[in-house]
Amino acid sequence: MTTVLILGATSEVALALADQLAAKSFNLILAARHAERLNPVKADLTIRFGVTVTVAEFDAAQVTTHADFYAQLSPKPDAAICVFGFLGDHEKAIQNWEECATILTSNFVGAVSILNIVANDFENRKAGVLVGVSSVAGERGRQSNYFYGSAKAGFTAYLSGLRNRLFKSSVHVVTVKPGFIRTRMIAGIPTPGLLTASADQVARKIIGAMQAKRNVIYIVPAWRWIMLVIRSIPESIFKRLRL
Amino acid sequence: MAANFITNWNNYPQEKSQFSTAVFGQDFETALARQPSFIVRGNGRCYGDASLGASVVSSLKFNRVLSFDEVAGILTCQSGLMLSNILELSMPKGWFLPVTPGTRFITVGGAVASDVHGKNHHKDGSFSQHVINIKILTPTGSIVSCSPTENSDFFWFTCGGMGLTGIILEVTFRLKKIETGFIKQVQIKAKDLNEVLELFEQYSNYTYSVAWIDCLKTGADFGRSILMVGEHATIHELPNAARLLPKKPIVLSVPFNFPSFVLNGFSVKAFNAVYYGKNFKREIHSIASYEKFFYPLDAILHWNRIYGSRGFVQYQFVIPKQVGKAGIRDILTRISAKGWGSFLAVLKLFGVQQGPISFNMEGYTLALDIPINSKLFSFLDELDKMVKEYGGRIYLTKDARMKAEIFHSTYPNAATFTTFLNKVDPEKKLVSSLSRRLQIK
Repeated sequence: MTTVLILGATSEVALALADQLAAKSFNLILAARHAERLNPVKADLTIRFGVTVTVAEFDAAQVTTHADFYAQLSPKPDAAICVFGFLGDHEKAIQNWEECATILTSNFVGAVSILNIVANDFENRKAGVLVGVSSVAGERGRQSNYFYGSAKAGFTAYLSGLRNRLFKSSVHVVTVKPGFIRTRMIAGIPTPGLLTASADQVARKIIGAMQAKRNVIYIVPAWRWIMLVIRSIPESIFKRLRL
Repeated sequence: MAANFITNWNNYPQEKSQFSTAVFGQDFETALARQPSFIVRGNGRCYGDASLGASVVSSLKFNRVLSFDEVAGILTCQSGLMLSNILELSMPKGWFLPVTPGTRFITVGGAVASDVHGKNHHKDGSFSQHVINIKILTPTGSIVSCSPTENSDFFWFTCGGMGLTGIILEVTFRLKKIETGFIKQVQIKAKDLNEVLELFEQYSNYTYSVAWIDCLKTGADFGRSILMVGEHATIHELPNAARLLPKKPIVLSVPFNFPSFVLNGFSVKAFNAVYYGKNFKREIHSIASYEKFFYPLDAILHWNRIYGSRGFVQYQFVIPKQVGKAGIRDILTRISAKGWGSFLAVLKLFGVQQGPISFNMEGYTLALDIPINSKLFSFLDELDKMVKEYGGRIYLTKDARMKAEIFHSTYPNAATFTTFLNKVDPEKKLVSSLSRRLQIK
């Protein structure tokens, strides 16, 4: 049976992915900080779906631990989904390097570090699917969240290059660009209902894209057109906007 | 956290609440540390304000099965798991819920906090009777494991305690062994109230019993009813081959709130006449799927919307058995005279009570839905006084309007309950609209 590694498994999107993948009989490796929180999830999915679930401690920011983390996984995954990310406090990060560095590490450096390791393994095995959950925020830097946005922009470019490199090795790479997701991450911030996806919806789209080998997906289709408009605004005008 | 208007199944009351969702046990600890007060909310299927408040924390994503002993039939789960999810898991392995209310869309935490009862109360008691252990996060932030023998005060005040003793994290309980997913049922027509009350005694050997009663009928047919009794069917009792799981029933839905004129005395009388009249024979024996027998209304999603946007109340009371016949007759007469429509009036004979704060007591219970109108609450206040005089009480889970005085004078352990709550929750962290209205906290 196929094993899927979920990196950042305590997020609501990750939990929705775990539920849906287990229901489809995939075995799971759930990796996250405070991994012991995932023990109830492990018990639940094992009892309800009869799949094998492993829980593993993983910290995206501790890049020096990533090689050991991957080496001790047994069996090795057949697919990996990189879900973790950190919105952070943009205003704070303007003044505070630590906050800024955490945003960059969580969304870019840490993701590149672990996916490099997984990608090399998949390339050797000439098989596998890699999924990176990036963001529409990475399509153009805006004054309100350009630390998060630039990290996600870097991640999107990385995934594109990785897809290009691994194509000849039959390893597929999916880039996911969600807009707003109705989770605790944005709880309290009012979001436009029609542009906001549920965690279940995001998970369903990701699994569909993995199976159909899609390259770049948006969750709510309207985002593709919104971002097309946002990208096409001339910089001389864009710099004057309050976005 | 986001502020939303929240309401329960009966659409009354509607309250603006800060709303957040717990996914891990730690989220409840965070809520205790950061919020001045809140109440935990399950699937919102109660009929009132028990899971409403200025701030609510949803348990619906705190819903993991932690262990399931398929040999002994013992299940441990987090409190947000719904009974419907348990049935999906347990039915194929031959296990049913020990006690189930008339909907399977409630959480286990809700089942404990309301100490729910079912059609088998006279035989098997309420839900708490089958609970082995409860893990609680107390309002002061410690974790307590309780059972009828360990921290028993916590256990008994949590069963039926409306979520006020602490946050129910995990529940371990016993399931019931079954051979099939079908019920062997008998429906018996009773021409009036006396007859149906006698039939309850006569058929008391059946595990499940409940009566549908036409409370709009006055005169000679006053209280005409259909008593429904049932037993789990064995494999040999099924007409063709052993099928544990019935076919998926067709689920209908009421897509929007009906305008309030749809339900009136005439339409309800017509419905009741058809419902009663469809049973031509006095006694009908049949085999029904468990869904049809236990959850007839679950087959119509959002059936609550037929009562319109103003909502309805469900009035459920119990009267002690010794005075039950006179009490039910007396109160039902008042209700019939008003003629305020109710599709569903359900009558049942309870067995003895378990928990100190649980609703159930040995006696007759009647539950009926009434759409809200401007004169309704003063009428129900009069009924409350009658219930009190007969030594009965009102079901908190169905209540949206009772006066605090009625609660404190009809629940014999109300004073010890509030004293216990003051002790375990000195800062009043767990507060609901119900606990404020009834001056419990």
